[in-house]
Amino acid sequence: MSDASSIQAGSESNDGAAQTRAEHGKPIIQIASMHKWYGSFHVLRDINLEVAERERIVICGPSGSGKSTLIRCINRLEEHQKGDIIVDDIELTNDVKNIEIIRSEVGMVFQQFNLFPHLSVLENCTVGPIWVRKLPKKDAEALAMEYLERVKIPEQALKFPGQLSGGQQQRVAIARSLCMQPKIMLFDEPTSALDPEMIKEVLDVMIELADSGMTMLVVTHEMGFANRVADRIIFMDEGQIIEQKPPKEFFENPENERTKEFLSQILD
Amino acid sequence: MATDDAATPAYAAGQHPALAPPPSERGVIKWARERLFNTWYNALGTALMLYAVYLILPPALEWLFFDAVWTAKNNKDCWAQGDGACWGFIRARFTFFMYGFYDADSHWRPNTALILLVCTGAMVVIPQTPDKLKKYAALFITFFFPWIAVGLLVGPVNFGPLQSTFGQIVCAAILLGGLALGWHAHRRKDAVTRTVGLGLASLIVVMLFLSWGLGLPELESRSFGGLLLTLVLAITSIFVSLPLGILFALGRRADGLPLLKYFCIGVIELFRAVPLITVLFMSQFMIPLFLPQGFSFDDIIMALVGLVIFYASYMAEVVRGGLQAMSRGQYEAASSIGFNYYLSMRLIILPQALKIVIPGIVSQFIGIFKSTSLVTIIGLFDILNVAKSSIADTKWLGMEWEGYAFVALIFWIFCFSMSRYSQWLERRLDTGHRSEQ
Repeated sequence: MSDASSIQAGSESNDGAAQTRAEHGKPIIQIASMHKWYGSFHVLRDINLEVAERERIVICGPSGSGKSTLIRCINRLEEHQKGDIIVDDIELTNDVKNIEIIRSEVGMVFQQFNLFPHLSVLENCTVGPIWVRKLPKKDAEALAMEYLERVKIPEQALKFPGQLSGGQQQRVAIARSLCMQPKIMLFDEPTSALDPEMIKEVLDVMIELADSGMTMLVVTHEMGFANRVADRIIFMDEGQIIEQKPPKEFFENPENERTKEFLSQILD
Repeated sequence: MATDDAATPAYAAGQHPALAPPPSERGVIKWARERLFNTWYNALGTALMLYAVYLILPPALEWLFFDAVWTAKNNKDCWAQGDGACWGFIRARFTFFMYGFYDADSHWRPNTALILLVCTGAMVVIPQTPDKLKKYAALFITFFFPWIAVGLLVGPVNFGPLQSTFGQIVCAAILLGGLALGWHAHRRKDAVTRTVGLGLASLIVVMLFLSWGLGLPELESRSFGGLLLTLVLAITSIFVSLPLGILFALGRRADGLPLLKYFCIGVIELFRAVPLITVLFMSQFMIPLFLPQGFSFDDIIMALVGLVIFYASYMAEVVRGGLQAMSRGQYEAASSIGFNYYLSMRLIILPQALKIVIPGIVSQFIGIFKSTSLVTIIGLFDILNVAKSSIADTKWLGMEWEGYAFVALIFWIFCFSMSRYSQWLERRLDTGHRSEQ
């Protein structure tokens, strides 16, 4: 019931995607002429990307195209070698303090969930706020319960991650990131490791999050989701951004040959 | 197939209930029949084993208990009273076995230290202890107990620097400087400098405390012996080598700090490649050569330094195994919520890595406990050496069996307890599943 209504509400906002785009705030991520190499392999080539506050971006492309590497550069899980990345007015350099500040403001959800298996679901969510944000335990727990409620699993709070299904684990991972109250959320193929019947429960949470105005960068192959929430879809191939467009145009008139080929394979 | 269908009623698809297993899958007799007598050669093996137990057990029990002599003046007296074990020997030499040559009127001092350690240790270990109390007990054991124990065991310690006026001035300067630095850093919320400042200050405080030594009369650490010495060596080595080993392991993996990394690799590989006996000899005879004149540490401290570094090197490799078993995702997830290196290690990586290697760590502990008996070769009287010299006593000649059996029993009690504790701990810390990947 609630799912259906939220989808309906969402499709209305999607119609107005063009207007909402104009409402987006100042740029929060600025990437200029960025390059990255793994050894001698040139993974990212001349990436230029600007993301505004509250913007939702879906990044897609064939495997090995550098999508994951790109978003992992944004919170410096990967280091870039050339060009600039500025996140929330802080430039990413080797300065460890800056990196820690940026990481605490940029949430990340991984393909493999990467929950902390030795901590309960609740502790997974409170450990960051308590130790990084210095929140008192009581407040951190209240905050965690609020977000666990939002991802619809408050009743699992005292279980350990190993006792949950993949879909539940991924929702806990989203709650864990949200508990840091980030300004930006990065999703690295959040549904790729899930059984098909669990994908929807995770996507529903992400849709709800997108509707709440979170700035999101999502690497995914879920084109339905992209069409539903994205302000912009970015297509990458061989380490380059080949094409970026609002979903409607992206699906209806892709310009580049490689985009067309990719879409024909994925949408058959 | 057909008989199965006949035996079980048909259920509609998806309606099949969970059933109890058939009777042939239950019961002790079934277990014995299946495990002990399932084939003729297994039956024969079982019979032979039972016969062996029959041959060994009754005479062993007779010697150990039923024919044993519990009080005796000397070996002849003992043998006159019965054919069994002469436990009278152990009784007569019991304090020697426990304390060695330690001053007879001061046995309350090590006893107090042990009781203090056991009580606070129990608070940490027992799961029902309230969290607050557990935390205070752990803090007490880590930061206060060692100095109190030294005070109780040996009394005041003489520090060279505290003897001269110049030394006293330097110490006072370090104390005040450390406090000032700590206070200043505390106001600027600089945790690292604060730790360094307060660390320096507390170093001096500890020195002052040790030189006061609870106001007790001074006792020769040379007089330590028996179980007392074994426990002092084992407990200190165990509790210091684990944290030091963790630091070595982390240092060895610190790719960003090559100097530290190669220092740790050097220490680990050097000490692991040398026999413990060599390390003990070196600690006794070589290190004092490098120290400035007037500095001399007693034999027990030097032996401890050798034991600790030697076992920390082993421990480092065990811990490194655990660190390597952690998936990269755990490091990344910790980083992605803004944890720095210290927080990632303390809250996420080490708790999991150490849990994985509990069996390895505990077998190191057991190894340490037993290896303490090697200090015999540098002339210290641990419990094994005490047994050896007691047997050589002309009054008690011929007590090898009793003496060594008693020592074996003591070692077994401690080592087996550690082993059981670790198994219990593993079960308790098991949260069901390991991390993905």
